[in-house]
Amino acid sequence: MTRTIIRGGTALDQTGRRRADITIDGGVIVGVADALEASGADDGDDVVVLDATGCVITPGFVDLHVHLREPGREEAETIETGSRAAALGGFTAIVAMPNTEPAHDSLATVEFVRAQARRAGLCEVAPAGCITMARAGSALAPLGELADAGVRLFTDDGNGVQDAALMRRALEYAKPLGITLAQHCEVASLTKGAVMHEGSCCSHLGLPGWPAIAEELMVHRDIELVRLTGAPVHFLHLSTARSVELVRQAKADGLPVTAEAAPHHFTLTDEMLMGYDSVFKVNPPLRTAADIAAIKRGLADGTIDAIATDHAPHPPEAKEAPLDEAPPGMLGLETALALAITELEMPLEEIVAALSWKPAAIAGLGDRHGRAIAVGEPANLTVFDPDLAWTVVPSKLASLSRNTPYAGRTVRGKVRHTIYSGVAVVVDGVAQR
Amino acid sequence: MKHLLDIGVLSVEDLHHLMALTDHMVEVNQRPIPKVPALRGKTVVNLFFEDSTRTRTSFDTAARRLSADVMNFAVSSSSVNKGESLRDTIETISAMGVDAFVVRHRSSGAPQQITQWTNASVVNAGDGWHQHPTQALLDCFTIRTHLNRRDGFDGLHIAIVGDIKHSRVARSDVQAFTTLGARVTLVAPPTLLPPAVEQWPVDISHRLDELVGEVDVLYLLRMQRERMTDALVPSLREYTAHYGLTPPRARRLQPHALVMHPGPMNRGVEMAVDPSELPGSVVLHQVTNGVAVRMAVLFDLLGSGADLGKTDHPRGEDR
Repeated sequence: MTRTIIRGGTALDQTGRRRADITIDGGVIVGVADALEASGADDGDDVVVLDATGCVITPGFVDLHVHLREPGREEAETIETGSRAAALGGFTAIVAMPNTEPAHDSLATVEFVRAQARRAGLCEVAPAGCITMARAGSALAPLGELADAGVRLFTDDGNGVQDAALMRRALEYAKPLGITLAQHCEVASLTKGAVMHEGSCCSHLGLPGWPAIAEELMVHRDIELVRLTGAPVHFLHLSTARSVELVRQAKADGLPVTAEAAPHHFTLTDEMLMGYDSVFKVNPPLRTAADIAAIKRGLADGTIDAIATDHAPHPPEAKEAPLDEAPPGMLGLETALALAITELEMPLEEIVAALSWKPAAIAGLGDRHGRAIAVGEPANLTVFDPDLAWTVVPSKLASLSRNTPYAGRTVRGKVRHTIYSGVAVVVDGVAQR
Repeated sequence: MKHLLDIGVLSVEDLHHLMALTDHMVEVNQRPIPKVPALRGKTVVNLFFEDSTRTRTSFDTAARRLSADVMNFAVSSSSVNKGESLRDTIETISAMGVDAFVVRHRSSGAPQQITQWTNASVVNAGDGWHQHPTQALLDCFTIRTHLNRRDGFDGLHIAIVGDIKHSRVARSDVQAFTTLGARVTLVAPPTLLPPAVEQWPVDISHRLDELVGEVDVLYLLRMQRERMTDALVPSLREYTAHYGLTPPRARRLQPHALVMHPGPMNRGVEMAVDPSELPGSVVLHQVTNGVAVRMAVLFDLLGSGADLGKTDHPRGEDR
């Protein structure tokens, strides 16, 4: 069996930072050394050496929030192309959102997604289950059956669960199953036809507004339901300052809540829509500079546990439409690390925590992803150069779609190698399959 | 000027220039044969994704009086539902050879998006809740003419009454009127005001009775019935009681005050008097001026200095 050696880098994980050359064999880390001999002894015919000079080696990243579009919308993305984008972004595991057609509300769909992901072999794809059948918000999905099959995160993402009684029942039912319900917080009656953040820009542009209160009301409701039921809730893509404050208080109260934020919610404001470019339409919408500051503070103080991309591919013909007709969503997998390094004033350790072991724990993947770099651990690793500057070029992205809002933007930090299950799936920034 | 998308980007000088050009067009329209060869050989496409017979007819008339060739396209409102993107639609029609698109769309921003996909000029004929720049120009021209304000609107007080939030006319008029120096007061219940309205350059009132006797222009907006189902106002009756131009309010108008409306009027709702009995009503003048203003805009976008003084004689006729 081929052995892989990652040589010349600095290991960074939850135990700290140190010089380390890492040897991988059979999908497992078999050696972590200060520095292997420069050449010779270990380098046989069946040894692949990956240079990591100037790079950081971390546990593989885990994205809690990815739309892979397959099954149902394969013109936008497939499990294979999305997995490739993930691997290039340094992710060794991604949680696939269930808003496919059909939705992830049956074992058959969940198994299909896993099978396609195995076929692609670029990263682990953990399908999130639906909370309600077809995400319609009326009847519970088979939470127990899917939990038995290993599904750990459940959400109707794209829709919030509107019915408070149903959400309460779902939490009560979920609690003994050891699963986590993840909420897309949006009170639908407050966002009818909404296109962008409700504020001065939408007022000027004449577009229907998506008020911050529509998110905050549901964050607040679900925090109180967590207090009532004791079942954990994960808050998807927080976008407003008040939401962050509500979660901060809930955590201070000791409630089992976690939260994520997407890179676009700490890098872009609603002013980006002043030119009516639908690439900047996303749900929840881009908000204000004050909200960005609050999201950054929430990430820095740990109120927000994870950076999750909400990678949402759409083909050009769907986005080349009027703002109110264009679907919401933007690409994220291949730019997340760089945006975090470039835009967040956080130590690299904390950025990696928010990209790796913290989301791994929320996703229920902590037994194989986001683990400390040590002998005997599964070899899911990301090697990146934190200082390399590069410019985002949509046509060079691996995603089938091109809807990145960062076209032309120069950012810092690039993934060099990604090792998934012991296999170097990305080498020198190039996907190997 | 390549496009006319948003009245807010025009300067005072731009507005005065277009109104001076409109004066010429009014003169053309008063001739026995109201037609000039200014845009002969130019093709103007009226591309209406949302039905609007009056605006389309006004643009159509304007283009023909300037001797442009006119194509009319009525496109079903959602291009996505047809499986053709907005871009495809524009590129297809552009390929036929077009000098200007006159675009009406139910979605805010569509005319601006269209400029990316064609080399032709684009005139916004109303987009969603966003802008209706030729309406603002014709409203300015009407006020300028009827209140004899050729030098600007300094000192004028204009009240715009009604559903500001959903109104492209209000957004455009506020920008044009204030650019020309007027003081604008929006009169509406809070539910019909746009978000962050405090950042608009206007005063706000929730009581028409407080200012009906002191304004120089009372601009009434159309009150749409679907606003009731969205619980923005309880009933049309209540709306009329608080915000409609009723006979008692009409009697309190200053003698010189103008009453304006972009049409179509809801008689008995916002216009609860017979406008023909209102001495200050200039509603039909607005419509007349609409043709001249649109001629001025098309000429400014497409004209090449052709002599506006020359009458377009029918072929073979030589006088």
